[in-house]
Amino acid sequence: MLSLADIHTYYGNIQALKGVSLEVEEGEIITLIGANGAGKTTTLMSISGIVPPRSGDVLFMGESISRVNPDKIVSMGISQVPEGRRIFPYLTVLENLDMGAFLRNDKDGVNSDLDYVFGLFPILAERRNQAGGTLSGGEQQMLAISRALMARPRLLLLDEPSLGLAPLIVKQIFEIIRKINIENNTTIFLVEQNANLALKVAHRGYVMENGRITLSDAADRLLTNEDVKKAYLGI
Amino acid sequence: MLVNELKKSLFVSLWFMFLTFPIMVIQVNTVENIIQWRWANLFFVGVGSFVLSALWRYLIRRKEQGIQETEVDGVARVTLSQRLLNNRRFTIPALFVVSILALAFPFVFSLYQTNIMITAMIYVLLGLGLNIVVGVAGLLDLGYAAFYCVGAYSYALLNYHFGFGFWSVLGIGAGLAALFGIILGFPVLRLRGDYLAIVTLGFGEIIRLIMENWNAFSFGPSGIANIPRPGFFGVEMNIEQVTIYVYFLMIGMSLFTIFVVNRLQDSRIGRAWIALREDEVACQAMGIDKRKTKLMAFALGATWAGFAGVIFAAKTTFINPASFTLWESINILCVVVLGGMGSIVGVIVGAFVLILLPEYLRFLSEYRILAFGAVLVVMMVFRPGGIVETVRRTYQYKETA
Repeated sequence: MLSLADIHTYYGNIQALKGVSLEVEEGEIITLIGANGAGKTTTLMSISGIVPPRSGDVLFMGESISRVNPDKIVSMGISQVPEGRRIFPYLTVLENLDMGAFLRNDKDGVNSDLDYVFGLFPILAERRNQAGGTLSGGEQQMLAISRALMARPRLLLLDEPSLGLAPLIVKQIFEIIRKINIENNTTIFLVEQNANLALKVAHRGYVMENGRITLSDAADRLLTNEDVKKAYLGI
Repeated sequence: MLVNELKKSLFVSLWFMFLTFPIMVIQVNTVENIIQWRWANLFFVGVGSFVLSALWRYLIRRKEQGIQETEVDGVARVTLSQRLLNNRRFTIPALFVVSILALAFPFVFSLYQTNIMITAMIYVLLGLGLNIVVGVAGLLDLGYAAFYCVGAYSYALLNYHFGFGFWSVLGIGAGLAALFGIILGFPVLRLRGDYLAIVTLGFGEIIRLIMENWNAFSFGPSGIANIPRPGFFGVEMNIEQVTIYVYFLMIGMSLFTIFVVNRLQDSRIGRAWIALREDEVACQAMGIDKRKTKLMAFALGATWAGFAGVIFAAKTTFINPASFTLWESINILCVVVLGGMGSIVGVIVGAFVLILLPEYLRFLSEYRILAFGAVLVVMMVFRPGGIVETVRRTYQYKETA
C-alpha cells in the first residue's frame, strides 16, 4: 500500500533521514520504534508531505507522492495525528472534529463518522462544546485521533500517541487503535517510543537508528530479539 | 489587606516624588539667578501618583477576581457587550436607531462633521479588511497601508493618464490591491509572528518610497491633485451634494463589506483561517492548503484596502505618499486591536472611536496623542480582547430526542 524507497530528508543542512526504505501492506499495523532523534517523526512528516524528502520516492497505492502537497496527500487517504497532539485549542471539540473533515463534502457521511468517533470515545461526546485546550492530555490525544479519523483515511499515521499520558490511558488508547484497525480495516503506521506496547499491538515493526532502518521483522519476533530487548525494552 | 495595599501605593508615590523631584520641584530662574523651590508640585505628584496607583491596583485586583469566579463556575465569561449583542430585544431597536441616525446625519450636521464620518467609515473598511489578515488568520501585517496606497494611486493615475471613471476603477483598484497582496504573500508564506511583521513593514515602506521617489510615475511627494469626485450618472453636483453622495456611498460600501466579511468568516475558507491561526502543522495534517489559505487571506484583506484607497482618493481629490506612512498602518492595526480582534462589531466600534476621538479631542491640541496613547495602554491592560470581544459562533450540538 505504502512504500518508501531510499528516502533522504533534510531540515536545512541537517540530514535527518539517510536512506529509509520500508513497506506497509494494506490492513496492517506497522510500528516504527527508535530512540529520540532517530528520525521517526521525520519519516512520518516525509510521508505526509509536510517535510518533503529531498531524494528517494514515496509510493502510495502505486502513485508517487513525494512531490505532492500535504493537502493532496490527505485527500488521497493519508491522515496524520501529529506529535504532541496539536489540537486547535480555541476551537470546540466538535469544531476540531469538523476541521478533520475539512476536505469532505458528504454531510451524511461526516455525521455518521462523527457518531462513530463518539462511540469510540464517549468522553468526547460529553465534551463536544468544550474548547479543545481545556481537555486533559488523554482526552486531547483521543480528540487528535478522532480528528484524523474524520477524514476517513485509508492509512492513519500516528505519532507517539502515548506521549505524556498515564499508563492506564495509554493502554486504553492502544486498544482503540487495534479496534480501529480491525473494524474499518484502516492501515495504521504507528511511531512510538514505548516499544513494548507498540510491538504488542503491531503486526510488524521497524527499528530506526540515526536516520536509518536497522532492523525489520514481525512484531512478536522483535519483542524477543536480544538487541531490541537490550536497547528499547530495558530488559 | 487594605493597609498593605495603601502602603504599596504610598511607596509608589514616594518613589515618584523622588524621581520627579529634579524636574518638578527645582527650577532655576536665570533672570534673577536664584533657585525656585516649587514644593506645591511635589504635593500634587505625590497625591496624583498615590491615587492612580491605588486605582490601578484596585482595578487589576477586580479583574483577577472576575477571572477566578469564572474558573470556579466553569462558565465562560460573558461580558456586558456580548450579552447585549446576543439579546435580540436590544439589537433590533439599536440597529433601528443607528440606521435612522446614519440616514439623517448629513442633513442634520455640517459638512465638516459629514466629512469626518466618511473618514471614519473608510477606516471601517480598512479595519474590516485588516481584520481578515490579523484578526481571523492571525498574520500580523504592519504594511497594510501599502494596499491602501495602491488603491488610491490606481484611481489617481488611471484617471490622470487614461481618464478612467470612479466606478470602473473601484473594481480595478481593488483587483490591483489584491494582486499586490498576493505579491507580498508569496515571500512571506514561510514566515510567522515577528518575522512576518518585519517583512510586511518593509513592504509597506517600499511601496511608499517608490511613490515618493519615482517622480515620472507618481509625481513624487507633490502628489496628484484634481482627482475627480465620484459621479452619479453624469449629474452635476455642488460640493455639499457630492459629500452627501459620498457619505451614502460609504454607508452602502460599509454594509457590503460587513455582509461579505461576515459570510467569509462562516465559510470554509474562514474556518481554514481560524485553524491556521491556531496551529499550522495541524492545519496541514487536516488537508488544508496552507499556501492557498494564506494567500487568500492576504489577497482578500488587501482588496478592501484597495476599495478604501479608491474612495479616499475620490473623496479628498488630492493624494500624496504622506498619507500612506507606517503611522497609517499602525493606526489601522490599532482599530483592529482596540476594537477587538476577529470581531466585526468590535472593529466597527474601534474605527469610530479611533477616528472620532482624536477629531473631537482637538481642544487638547498637542496632548491628544498623549491622551490617546494612555487610553490604548489602559485598554490593553484591562480589556485585552478589545472593546467588543469576539464571540466566535460555535456549532452547538443538540440532542435529538
